[in-house]
Amino acid sequence: MAVTQLVGAKIHRREDPRLITGHGHYIDDFTRQGAAYAAFVRSPFAHARIKRIDITDASKAPGVVGVFTARDFKGQLAGTHPAAPAFVAEKKYIPERFPIAEKEVCYQGEIVAAVLADSKAQAADAANLIQVEYDELPAVMDLEKALDAKSPKAHEGAADNISWDLTYTGPEVTEAAFKEADVVVKERILQNRLAPVPMEPRGVLAEYETYDKKLTIWMSSQNPHFIRLFVSGSMGLKESQVRVISPDVGGGFGSKISPYPEDYLVPALSRLSERPVKWIETRTESMQNATHGRGQFYDVEVAAKKDGTLLGMRMTQYLDVGAYCGTFSAFQACACLMAGGAYKWKGISARTIGILTNRVPTDPYRGAGRPEATHLVERMVDLVAGQLKLDPVAIRRKNFIQPKEFPYTQNFGLVVDSGDYEKSLDRALELAGYDELRKKQADLRKQGRYFGIGLSTWIELCGFGPSAATAPATGGIALVESAQVRVTPTGSVIVYTGTHAHGQGHETTFSQIVADQLGVPYESVELRHGDTAEGTSFGYGTYGSRSLAVGGVAVSKAVGKVIDKGKKLAAHMLEAAEEDIVFERGSFHVKGSPDKSKAFGEVAFASYGMNLPEGMEQGLEAVAYFDPPNLVWPFGAHVAVVEIDAETGHVQLEKYVAVDDCGNIINPMIVDGQIHGGVAQAIAQALYEEVVYDEETGQLKTGTLLDYSIPGIGEIPAMSLDHTVTPSPTNDLGVKGIGEAGTIAASAAVINAVCDALSPLGIKHVDMPASPDRLWNMMKGARK
Amino acid sequence: MEEASKQLGKFGEDAKVLAGGHSLIPLMRLRLAQPTALVDINGIKELDHIKEDGSKLRIGALTRHVTLQNSNVVKDKLPLLAEVAGEVGDNQVRNMGTIGGVVAHADAAGDYPTIALMLDAEIVTNRRTIAAKDFFTDIFTTPLEADEIVTEVVFPVANGPHKYIKFRRRLFDWAIVGAAAQKMNGGWRIGLTNVGSTPVRAKAVEEALQKGAKPEEAAQHASDGLDPAGDLRASPEYKKHLARVLTKRAINQAEGRQ
Ligand SMILES: Cc1cc2nc3c(=O)[nH]c(=O)nc-3n(C[C@H](O)[C@H](O)[C@H](O)COP(=O)(O)OP(=O)(O)OC[C@H]3O[C@@H](n4cnc5c(N)ncnc54)[C@H](O)[C@@H]3O)c2cc1C
Repeated sequence: MAVTQLVGAKIHRREDPRLITGHGHYIDDFTRQGAAYAAFVRSPFAHARIKRIDITDASKAPGVVGVFTARDFKGQLAGTHPAAPAFVAEKKYIPERFPIAEKEVCYQGEIVAAVLADSKAQAADAANLIQVEYDELPAVMDLEKALDAKSPKAHEGAADNISWDLTYTGPEVTEAAFKEADVVVKERILQNRLAPVPMEPRGVLAEYETYDKKLTIWMSSQNPHFIRLFVSGSMGLKESQVRVISPDVGGGFGSKISPYPEDYLVPALSRLSERPVKWIETRTESMQNATHGRGQFYDVEVAAKKDGTLLGMRMTQYLDVGAYCGTFSAFQACACLMAGGAYKWKGISARTIGILTNRVPTDPYRGAGRPEATHLVERMVDLVAGQLKLDPVAIRRKNFIQPKEFPYTQNFGLVVDSGDYEKSLDRALELAGYDELRKKQADLRKQGRYFGIGLSTWIELCGFGPSAATAPATGGIALVESAQVRVTPTGSVIVYTGTHAHGQGHETTFSQIVADQLGVPYESVELRHGDTAEGTSFGYGTYGSRSLAVGGVAVSKAVGKVIDKGKKLAAHMLEAAEEDIVFERGSFHVKGSPDKSKAFGEVAFASYGMNLPEGMEQGLEAVAYFDPPNLVWPFGAHVAVVEIDAETGHVQLEKYVAVDDCGNIINPMIVDGQIHGGVAQAIAQALYEEVVYDEETGQLKTGTLLDYSIPGIGEIPAMSLDHTVTPSPTNDLGVKGIGEAGTIAASAAVINAVCDALSPLGIKHVDMPASPDRLWNMMKGARK
Repeated sequence: MEEASKQLGKFGEDAKVLAGGHSLIPLMRLRLAQPTALVDINGIKELDHIKEDGSKLRIGALTRHVTLQNSNVVKDKLPLLAEVAGEVGDNQVRNMGTIGGVVAHADAAGDYPTIALMLDAEIVTNRRTIAAKDFFTDIFTTPLEADEIVTEVVFPVANGPHKYIKFRRRLFDWAIVGAAAQKMNGGWRIGLTNVGSTPVRAKAVEEALQKGAKPEEAAQHASDGLDPAGDLRASPEYKKHLARVLTKRAINQAEGRQ
């Protein structure tokens, strides 16, 4: 890019004034004249047969428009819930899923009936009057037991509980690596199930216009175009008849990517009732029904030489799919592909098993598979170091992929585009004062205090595409990104992107890119997204840290096309040859004579006038799609410092350092914000959060925010952040994603610190969350 | 007051007093409480006061947590109570919740009931005065009649060494276990939160201290006779352990030691 005034600048988010003063537009801020309200009756059981549904009292309740059960939707909705386990093709079983249960419920919270009423309160009260008789069935809760052939099935009549089972790479290289080993370290590593808890729960407002056969859906989604695709298909409408509008989205963390039952049922209710229908998820519904994240365990073995050289890894991922296959749940198997982390290995063999249980489905949750991979490899490397009495820094340095080795083809054939792992590690150690910390640790240990330092030298892959890798997994639609740039006659610029935002600040960063590239004032650039009736014909949504690295690049490409057309027109206006026109800082001039120039605005205005060059059409706008040639590969080094209360097991986070590398930085303030939030979310997993179901009955025990311990600002330490910059060769902007980095990196750093603190007791591994009661128990056990 | 009591009488068991609403509304949201009538007492100004009365401190039932936390009178006469108030919930809860609501609600994890019990406070209603030890009879259970309104909680003045330690996972959480220590009339008063169905006064610890035991020795008695229920955050064993550790720390910190 020629001009770099705005790119790289710490500009305040333009979204913030409206969002922090309560002027954002969330779903509950919208209504339609004559709207009815929906309430859903949900199964109180994890697994049961539905015997009878008595709607008599509910139907007579005040304000009730109608009561609906599965039968009523049969003519309205077709097909089963979309699920994409294509990249786990060896064995797969995707249970049929209709948005509302008819005969069998398979998790607590599954919808069995819907009520429409004139007001929200009337709908809720009437829903309470519906009597459902169930025959309880055994619930499948334990992942290992579920694999037993004799286990009850999560779905009655199913052959087994295995949704997928796939082994990556032949084991021969790995076996050879293990033969060379001086030490083999084994561990079982748990990934606690997490609830996404977006501040804004989900919500759907749908208006079906009976005569025009047009459907408009306002909903809180990370992925409006895919919702249009799925819902139109299910409802027997053309995509062109459906418009999905996703305005400000109050957090998603992955839980608003996939379609949900209500996304089908609410539009169907509108078509059935000929009224607009609104439904806003309650917090309780959100805890119960929003797809959960993680919910896995791993059996891992690592082989190494005495000097700390890593040789091989064998790992199996046991993933709790929940009761139905989430649309992108199989994506989390990428933990296998990333299990090698930042290191060189002779061989890795990995197996993933997706297991059906009677819990709410899991799906991507911030990081999706990559936090699990980081946690696993960073824990294992520390365990090897512990066994060999090596410093965790030394073993990392010894095994890093080196800067000159990029692009580096890792064990699963993925090509790591760039990296400089020692550079970020060095900076992180410097910021943390690592050597001093080790001295302090030695002193405190003498006093019987438990002080620990944990590292995470994380890497990730993000920015999905490329088309070749993604199209097979989505049933044919490649994950690329589209953009449209429209220049108005007065030279202001409207940019449409197929990504969306739920806190990422795209309105700011994308505008920075465009304003810089065009040399126009930042204020004259407007970014729009989230409405399928505007902009390009298809957009691919925001997840997997893809928006800038794919969508931002598409925007930049579309701007390039606008500039190209501008050059043609400017050449005509300046009576020069097109090749001689240079575009710089918002003006077109003739090479060598900067005074012979036309400002961008003049050219824009002229493009809507007469006297255009032969064959040129009026207007100044362009569409571009970007199909990235590879994924992008951010990395970094985090250091966590903890002290554990010897008597209570409470973990005090004393210090947190994060040095991350996301290539070129568009807006450092936004990057830091993403890191802050991401790290906080991983600290939450490491120390606080866990979705707990009763292991017998399948009842959700953490259904409110009193019981589900999402930490607050009081629990998150101030962080010291810094960055290294290793531009990505994968795209012209040299950028990599940063939205998930903090979450991918931090749980390992925190738990490594906890384990380091407890190592004098002989404790090697601690599962998450490292809550005080868990640690107290472990410490008590170890002291015996 | 009269009108409120009359209205409560009219609707009987189905009516509920509404004070700060920070326990009642969550219960209603979960349909665990479904009152047919709410009698809002927030307009009864005479219930919102803090009065010194010789060796007593009279706190009106409608006094908000934030008022107790910041009151100079409370800081002077019963600083333990001001400290405890500052530890209740978060800002929203402290701005809305009332002391009368906490005692009437009688949640075993409530913080004031512990202080009321250990200091022999009295709960005054529009009908009678009930000693704290007779008031907290079981979880969410008090002797209050359906149309009875708490008007005041009366504490003794006590401004010697004191400390409340509330062990929790998050700053805004309820106590997993809480321990309070107050030096008073030459002896110690020790109270525990959330280690049973009611607040607990740890008399065995008080007596051991009286006999000259060191805090760490005396605190070993904090779990005597306790039978706490386990929950997602803590097993019964862990709660008993915390009772001992926190009691020791509360006494030590009250006296300015770590
Ligand atoms: C997120 C959160 C965190 C919290 N954390 C804590 C904590 O850490 N420690 C703690 O102690 N509390 C905590 N609370 C509870 C809080 O202190 C409540 O405000 C308190 O329990 C109830 O007081 P209230 O005035 O809100 O009463 P309300 O909710 O209005 O009423 C509670 C009950 O008491 C009855 N009642 C209220 N006032 C009277 C009266 N004068 N006479 C007779 N009956 C009456 C009501 O009818 C109702 O049954 C928390 C609450 C929330 C929502």
